[in-house]
Amino acid sequence: MISANLSALFYLVSGVLFILALRGLSSPETSRQGNFFGIIGMIIAVTVTFLSIGNFSNGFIFVLIFILIGGSIGALIAYKIPMTAMPELVAGFHSLVGLAAVFVAISAFLNPEAFNLGFPGNIKLGSLIEMSIGAAVGAITFSGSIIAFLKLQGIMSGSPITFKGQHPLNAVILISIIILVYLLCSTQSPNLFWILLAASFLIGFLLIIPIGGADMPVVISMLNSYSGWAAAGIGFTLENTALIITGALVGSSGAILSYIMCKGMNRSFFNVILGGFGATDDTLGKKTKEQRPVKSGNADDAAFLMKNASSVIIVPGYGMAVAQAQHALREMVDTLKKNDINVSYAIHPVAGRMPGHMNVLLAEANVPYDEVFELDEINNDFANADVAFVIGANDVTNPVAKTDPQSPIYGMPVLDVEKCKSVLFVKRSLSPGYAGIDNDLFYRENTLMLFADAKKMTEDITKNLD
Amino acid sequence: MEIDPLIFRLSIFILAIFVGYYVVWSVTPSLHTPLMSVTNAISSVIIVGAIIAGLSGGSESVFNTSSIFGFLAIALAAINIFGGFLVTQRMLAMYKKKKKK
Repeated sequence: MISANLSALFYLVSGVLFILALRGLSSPETSRQGNFFGIIGMIIAVTVTFLSIGNFSNGFIFVLIFILIGGSIGALIAYKIPMTAMPELVAGFHSLVGLAAVFVAISAFLNPEAFNLGFPGNIKLGSLIEMSIGAAVGAITFSGSIIAFLKLQGIMSGSPITFKGQHPLNAVILISIIILVYLLCSTQSPNLFWILLAASFLIGFLLIIPIGGADMPVVISMLNSYSGWAAAGIGFTLENTALIITGALVGSSGAILSYIMCKGMNRSFFNVILGGFGATDDTLGKKTKEQRPVKSGNADDAAFLMKNASSVIIVPGYGMAVAQAQHALREMVDTLKKNDINVSYAIHPVAGRMPGHMNVLLAEANVPYDEVFELDEINNDFANADVAFVIGANDVTNPVAKTDPQSPIYGMPVLDVEKCKSVLFVKRSLSPGYAGIDNDLFYRENTLMLFADAKKMTEDITKNLD
Repeated sequence: MEIDPLIFRLSIFILAIFVGYYVVWSVTPSLHTPLMSVTNAISSVIIVGAIIAGLSGGSESVFNTSSIFGFLAIALAAINIFGGFLVTQRMLAMYKKKKKK
C-alpha cells in the first residue's frame, strides 16, 4: 500500500504523459512516440490504483479477468477494423467511455464508503453534485454515440429525423435534468438518481436523431468532448488528478475539433446541433433542377486529359470512402507520376465523416503525407493546375458557395476547383449532394463528368493511361 | 484558514483545459482522426474508478450490486484502452513521408 500523496504524484505523472501523447500529434514523426507516452501513462495510472488499494483480496483476480476480456475484445477490434469504418469505431468507443462513466457513478452512489464519499443516503454534497453531473454527461455521451454509430454504420438512416415540438421537448428534458440534479442533491433519494440517468439517456438519443449524416464530423467531435467532461466529472468525485487532467484535455480537444468542423461548413455550432439540415428536401431539389447541358466522358477521355497535363490535383471526399477507391486512386497517381506529372491531394476540413478521415484513408493507401494538403495550403494552386480530379466530393467544390447568397451553403469555404483548366468529376449520377443543392460545377464549360463507380472509373483510367 | 482541496482540483482542471486548448491547436489536421482515437483511449483512464468500484466488495463479498457495476466498467474501459491505443498505433504506422529517389 502506498500513501495517498505518493499515488497522487503518480497520477500527476500519468496526466503529464497524456499531455505529451497529444503533443506528439503535432507531426507524424513525433506521433508514434506520443502514443507510446500515452500507453506508459495508462500503465502507471492502473498500477498505482492497484498499489493504493493494496488489499489484494479475491476481487483482484476478477479485475484482471475483466481487463483481459475487455482488452482482448478491444485488441481484436483494433486489428480487424477497416480504415473506412473509423468513424463508426470512434463513435462506438465514445459510447463505451460514456457507459463506463455511468457505471462508475452508479457504483459510487450505491457504495460511497468504498470511495470515501460518505454513506448511502448521506453522501458528501460536493461529491454528489460531481457524481450526478458525471453520470448525466456520461449517459448523454452513451446514447448519443449509439445513435451516431447506428447512423454511420447505415443501420439507421442518415437523414435527419425531425418531428413537431422537438426543440421544446428537448428543452423541457434538459431543464428537468438540472432540476433533478438539484433535487437529488437535497434529498439523496436513489429513485431520483435513476430518473436522472433515464432522462439523460433519453436526451442523448433525442439530441442526435435530428442531425444528418454529413454533419457527423461535428457530432463525433462533440461527443468526444462530452466523454471528456464526463471523465472529468468522475475525476472530481474520485479526487483523481489523472482523470481530471485527462477529462479537461479530451473535453477541450473535442470542443476544438467541433469548432474546426463548424467553421469548415460556415455554420454555427447551434445550427448543427439543432439539426434538420440537409433534409432531403425534394421540393427544393426539383425547383432548381432545370435541364442544363452537361458534358460527360469516359475513362479514355479522362486518361487523355491527364496524360497531357503537367499538374493534377486530386479532391477526395466521402464517396471515395464508400467506394473503397483509395488504393485504386493511388495506383492511378503512381502511373501519372511515372509520366512526370505533378500530383497533389486537396482535403477539405469536412471531407468524410470525421475530422481527418480522408488523410487516414490516403495514408492507408500508402500516399505520402507530404503530398496531401489542407484547404488553405492548396487553394491558390488550382488556378495553375491543369486537371482537378474530384472523386467522391461534392458540396465542398460547389462554386455557388462563393457566388449565391441565397444558397444554404453560401459562405462555406470551398475548394476553388473550377479555376483549373479542366475538371474531372467522378460521380454516379447528377443527384445533388448532402446539402440538397445542385452543384454548379457540373455545368461548367471546363467540367467533364465521369458517371461511374469511383473505384471502377479510377481503375479504368489507369488502364487507359498505359 | 485552510483552502478546500476542491479548489486545488478545480485549478488543475482549469489549467488542464488551457493546456489542452493549446496542445490540440498544434495538432496537424491530417492527424485529427488519430487524435480522436487516442483521446478516446486516454479518457478510459476512468478505469481507475472502475477498479476501485470493482474491489469495493472486500474479500467477503467480491460480487455485490456496487462491485458488479465496477467490473462491467472495467471491461468497457479495457476495450477502449486496448482498442484505442492499438488502432491509433495502427493508423500512425501508415503515415509515411515521400521516398527520396
